[in-house]
Amino acid sequence: MVLTLVEHDEEGLDDVSLQALALARDVADQAGEPLEAIAFGAGAEDVAGEAGDHGVETLHAVDSLEEYAPEAYGRAVVQCAEEVGTEAVIAPGTDRGAEKLAHAASKLDVTMAAEVTDVEVGDSYELTRQRWGGTLIEHSRLTAETNLLTVAANEVSASATGGDAAAVEAFAPDLADGDLRVQLTSVEESDVEGVPLGEARVVVSGGRGTDGDFSELEALVERVPNAALGSSRAAVNEGWRPHDDQIGQTGAKIAPEIYIPAGISGAVQHMVGCKGAENILAINTDPEAAIIQKADWAVIADLHEVAPAIAEELEARGHSE
Amino acid sequence: MEILTAIKRVPETGAKVSLTDDNLDIDTTSLGFTFSPHEECAVEEGVQLVEEHGGNVTVLTLGEEEATEQLRSAIAMGADDGILLDGGDAEWGPAGTAEAIAEAVEESDTEFDLLLFGNESADAANHQVGVRVAEELGLPCVTGIKDLDVDGGTATAKREIPGGSEVYEVDLPAVITVKEGLNEPRYPSMRAKMQARKASVAQSEPDPREDDLELVELEVPETDDSPAEILGESPEAAEDVVDVLEELEVV
Repeated sequence: MVLTLVEHDEEGLDDVSLQALALARDVADQAGEPLEAIAFGAGAEDVAGEAGDHGVETLHAVDSLEEYAPEAYGRAVVQCAEEVGTEAVIAPGTDRGAEKLAHAASKLDVTMAAEVTDVEVGDSYELTRQRWGGTLIEHSRLTAETNLLTVAANEVSASATGGDAAAVEAFAPDLADGDLRVQLTSVEESDVEGVPLGEARVVVSGGRGTDGDFSELEALVERVPNAALGSSRAAVNEGWRPHDDQIGQTGAKIAPEIYIPAGISGAVQHMVGCKGAENILAINTDPEAAIIQKADWAVIADLHEVAPAIAEELEARGHSE
Repeated sequence: MEILTAIKRVPETGAKVSLTDDNLDIDTTSLGFTFSPHEECAVEEGVQLVEEHGGNVTVLTLGEEEATEQLRSAIAMGADDGILLDGGDAEWGPAGTAEAIAEAVEESDTEFDLLLFGNESADAANHQVGVRVAEELGLPCVTGIKDLDVDGGTATAKREIPGGSEVYEVDLPAVITVKEGLNEPRYPSMRAKMQARKASVAQSEPDPREDDLELVELEVPETDDSPAEILGESPEAAEDVVDVLEELEVV
């Protein structure tokens, strides 16, 4: 049996969990084992239909923990894995997915393989996983008694199977006080308005070529629905934009339908953050910039002239927010 | 307060990465070494907390003797002293690394209030050493932090989520793993760099442990470097840009 940790909100399973389920189903198929899942919190059983549609036969619902508590969730994963006798535990490559599984790995005294994109199941698990944010690929062999791995976000395509709803089994972990030392205390809403970078269909981003003036890019973003403004690390280092806007290896990882980097050279670390973009349209004065090699389309001109012209053309064609 | 920050010597890879002949490592012949941006923020945070509350920052690394260079860089940023866990040439996986760090913490004469780690190392990206050290030492752990405040015996740590932040409050001592954006790491002065050369670095040799994740081979992924379709070289290209946006049905 292969056990997958899934995360959900009121709208159902999140995208990265569906991606984890796709890889987990592949592992389960190769191993000739059924796919099961574990979900936490209020409404965990409500995702049984969606989980079944993505190949899950049984959903273990843990609704006894009101607030998110990583160590307690990790303990619950260990107990569930031991009770059902799984050969692998697979989690989405999110902050929560990684920390829950890291707690579980430590408790089981096995290594967790992170950022996995492919698994070949044999006597051991032959893994393909990302290092350096994906600029390097590692082929490795996981030989633990229980194989724990996280699936790199936005690297595996989710796919529904059309299966029936998963059978729901309530799971009540046996927790000690120490497991609950870290619990979510509260959630603060950001005072930044607009579409979050990770959810935008269009991302316009500025770098050193803006010379610190992002006004034209801001105006362009306001004209496009579901668009967000990002920046390169260079622009953040200059103090022109907050770090929250940074796209790259140590910043946001985005997956828009189109990414429009303006005045960004295209350093390796930046490209790691936008490699999930379906299309790239670069605006840069330098035809030799690395970003031109990475883009699908390019405009070789000054962003301060091009961005307003695009906004004007959108308005002329009746595209207005 | 007593703070420990853990760092790792990694190759600086701004340029295109190439591999050694056996495909088991990055070819560092023309690369320098550094420690990762997350860890720079961990060191900076430790130094700022000590500037505010008093105490000491100890910086620790597990690696070859050359990693002393990174310890001294962290000391130049304001850490007080360093510990080198000399791991020699052996391969150190996350479980063995965490065991060695936890053992060093337990054996230290210092009672640390806070252990700061990068959320994941820039090179191996295993995402687990901080959590494992916390588990080994029986300490609470919060990961992926971009805002940290310490008041008395309590740390308030915030983690970014889409549209806001998750807030965690934990009693010290605790382990916190941080991400870039927590603060702006300072550039050490030349004077600080010179002084760091003389700072005390303790050394010990931990026993390696076999890891159950065995490296088979590294690979540099192929990239599509076909040139972009040039839509124009003036603002008049805006028409073609909007054509693209309409074709993709995003406007």
